Amino acid sequence: MRRRAPSEFMKKEHKRNSIVIRLAGDSGDGVQLMGSQFAASTALHGNDFSTFPDFPAEIRAPAGSTFGVSAYQMNLGGGPITTAGDAPQVLVAFNPAALKVSLPLLEPGGLILLNSDSFTTRNLVKAGYANDPRETGELDSYQLVATEISSLNLEAIKDFGLSKSDGGRCKNFWSLGLLLWMFDRDLQLIVDWIQRKFADQPVFRDANIAALHSGHAFGETAELSAAIPQFDIERTALAPGEYRGISGAEALSLGIAAAGELADRNILFCSYPITPASPLLHRLAQLGELGVGTFQAEDEIAAICAAIGASYGGMIGVTSSSGPGIALKTEAMGLAVNAELPLLIVNSQRGGPSTGLPTKTEQSDLYQAIYGRNGDTPVPVLAARSPGDCFYVAIEAVRIALRHMTPVILLTDGFLSNAAEPWLLPDMNTIEVIDSNPAPTVDTERESQALVFERNPETLGRPWVAPGMPGLMHRLGGLEKDIKSGHISYDAQNHQLMTNMRAAKVASVAKFIPPQSIELGETTGDLLVLGWGSTYGPIFQAVRRAQQEGLAVSFSHLRHLNPMPANLADLLQGFDRVLVPEMNMGQLSTLLRDKLGANPITYCKVSGQPLTINEVEQQIHMHVTSSTGGEA
Amino acid sequence: MSTELTAKDFTTSQEIRWCPGCGDYAILKTVTKALADAGAKRENTAFISGIGCSSRFPYYVDTYGFHTIHGRAPAVATGLKLVNPVLDVWVVTGDGDGLSIGGNHLLHTLRRNIGLKILLFNNEIYGLTKGQYSPTSRPGTRTPSSPRGSLDTQLSAGAFALGAGAHFFARAIDTDKKGLGSVLEAAQKHDGTSLVEIFQNCIVYNDNVFGAFTDKATAADAQLRLQHGEPMLFGADNEKGLSLNTKTLQLDVIDAKKHPENVMRHDAHNKILAQMLIELNLPVALGVIYENAAAPYEKTFYTEHSSHFTRTGKVADALRRTNTWTVT
Repeated sequence: MRRRAPSEFMKKEHKRNSIVIRLAGDSGDGVQLMGSQFAASTALHGNDFSTFPDFPAEIRAPAGSTFGVSAYQMNLGGGPITTAGDAPQVLVAFNPAALKVSLPLLEPGGLILLNSDSFTTRNLVKAGYANDPRETGELDSYQLVATEISSLNLEAIKDFGLSKSDGGRCKNFWSLGLLLWMFDRDLQLIVDWIQRKFADQPVFRDANIAALHSGHAFGETAELSAAIPQFDIERTALAPGEYRGISGAEALSLGIAAAGELADRNILFCSYPITPASPLLHRLAQLGELGVGTFQAEDEIAAICAAIGASYGGMIGVTSSSGPGIALKTEAMGLAVNAELPLLIVNSQRGGPSTGLPTKTEQSDLYQAIYGRNGDTPVPVLAARSPGDCFYVAIEAVRIALRHMTPVILLTDGFLSNAAEPWLLPDMNTIEVIDSNPAPTVDTERESQALVFERNPETLGRPWVAPGMPGLMHRLGGLEKDIKSGHISYDAQNHQLMTNMRAAKVASVAKFIPPQSIELGETTGDLLVLGWGSTYGPIFQAVRRAQQEGLAVSFSHLRHLNPMPANLADLLQGFDRVLVPEMNMGQLSTLLRDKLGANPITYCKVSGQPLTINEVEQQIHMHVTSSTGGEA
Repeated sequence: MSTELTAKDFTTSQEIRWCPGCGDYAILKTVTKALADAGAKRENTAFISGIGCSSRFPYYVDTYGFHTIHGRAPAVATGLKLVNPVLDVWVVTGDGDGLSIGGNHLLHTLRRNIGLKILLFNNEIYGLTKGQYSPTSRPGTRTPSSPRGSLDTQLSAGAFALGAGAHFFARAIDTDKKGLGSVLEAAQKHDGTSLVEIFQNCIVYNDNVFGAFTDKATAADAQLRLQHGEPMLFGADNEKGLSLNTKTLQLDVIDAKKHPENVMRHDAHNKILAQMLIELNLPVALGVIYENAAAPYEKTFYTEHSSHFTRTGKVADALRRTNTWTVT
């Protein structure tokens, strides 16, 4: 074992408010599993946290290649932790490629834990290193701990009779054991999990447990020589209550199921596999007992059409995809608008255009959601801000769909789907039930066709009438229909009335949504930072830091993008400047100009990576002109 | 008042907008009669269509009806059937809607064997868009989009269906009330996806395209009316029959009076025979060409799928199906 560069890490116990850890290795190294288990242990330990898995598009890229590096970043500490952190302070690198890719991100003076067994000439060449970075001095400004993780792991499990390659797969647990020691965690939680997960594979189960213990014991031994630092990270003062760790995809799936429970309707979720939306299908496929059915359709179009068929039949139809798939669903969305049927469409946004960056994150489908249909075809649009928020946004989206009898688009993104955080469990009894527009009473004096299109004057939602209901047979479809009789109509004046009705219906959603509020800072002033979607975390932290530096800056974050809250225009007018940071080329800014006549300052970033706190903070510094007059 | 419904009860007040003389009128009449004969309930019957002349059909049937978008009717109908399997769900489509823009959905619907009754109105032309060639047009068809004749090979609905793994395929002629009626009855009884190809005459853009076997004068010699288990005979006096030539693996037309013992009986469960019947040019095979029982998708979806769409669990419990901790 080698180590370098004595630094502050030499002190045995490092007290810190928070720390950012990045685990990186080959796709097959089990980095994501190791990360998610470390997150579970972090949650139980009482730290607030936020995680960000960053994996390649290839399932198993060639071993040792830089493009095949899979990483898991986690920020943990005393909260509120709202992002996975800008620069890691601890890097665990399983091979030279992982080091090469992650090093530019690492904070100067950070700790690097290397698997020195993987630093072979072959792997160094594959990673593009002409010389061994451990010898060239390029790691001198970091704390380097190089350990023979592969051999120590194999030694620990040699009695289990596993082949070298099978045994090698336990090294993520060996490394997790060491990490758990470094952060003073209880092993038992992970041991219990391994016992459940590998119940059917006793040899792997026992080998993984042995590897975990061995890594932990290695830390304890090393402690004697003070070679590896231990950290004492501040625990968080979360609000009292029952918590769990939750990813965006988990929260969204549970939110959809909860919407079904609240509406007392079953759910048919129809989708076609696509990255990064598929985890939602996988999660929902396990929620059968909550009245959720899943249908894997032959393509994106069939998926939304089957969901429309389900809504037509009286269940809550839901479909989900990512940008390219959403594009294919566009025509069918228009059908749902015209047929006045409820529908939830989830878009897990990814980098575009075209196939773009399937595993990377972006917010560039806002135009598509708001404007992207033929005809004057308005649709309500909402966006989730954090993994746990996906639960509530799903409920809200279904509530709107059923209240107004309209398709609703819910925007999330690749980052939110995979990111995780501790989450205060909701009390289902306190969430308002979801009402739907009841079927009308059969009236033999009147045509059922007209009864079915008799809209609620406040919401413009029509009665939800499904095949099987006697006396209410009717015809509907994509053709324009008469506003009263519901029969096909090509009448010029009627088309104007129907177009107005569809616009008024979506606009009426604003009457039911809460006014836009300020998250941080004063309600009027010099600079407002306005965000939407998954950029909540970095913007929140950046504004908080700027306020601590004494800058007069406020923060507001949009959930409802169409229609926007009724008071938003007034709220924006209370500030001299509005800064909108977005992971696109300025789409919300365009929307604010279009809908509110605002003139915001745009900060765009389209790199496939989440916004960092630092870059948002820099933007605040550039645009803020006054201070609050003292350190906050 | 009798509870028995007649064909008239299945007819809406809507003014029909097909061209005068269109084959669709005859189909509509036979379908509404078949519904009445089968004792169908209007509220439990739904007609789902795509886009095209045929897809106007739901407006004229007094049941539930959904005129969807081009090619996607089978997908919408699939969602409906999944959420309410007791419904009688009919899909009305055409050669362009079902075999061109919607070919993928038809393929997968047939493969799944979900309980939809699909009526494919084949007139070998695009009618509503004013007469372009369709995937079932014969090569060389002259249309506004193919002034020198179309280039594409003709698609056979039957070969497509069998290739996709269909469990029911039948054929009928639009104006043939009896033939179409009996095929509709069989299609409705089949548990799973039934595909019925209806040779439908487009009087404006492709008039008499099926004349070779629909003209009254030649019909007896040009149509083979299949009955499961019965000898495959045709001709005015049933004097012709089909025999399997074991050397060429083809169906030969033989003199049925001379060699009745060589006339093959129709076996609707035999897929190889179905393939040969579909490929016949003259006579044209009509009736139920292929039928094979298999569990319909919606049944397995409900019995084997974990959900059964019954809410037995609580979200509050599902939220806690992982490690939780309490902050005090």
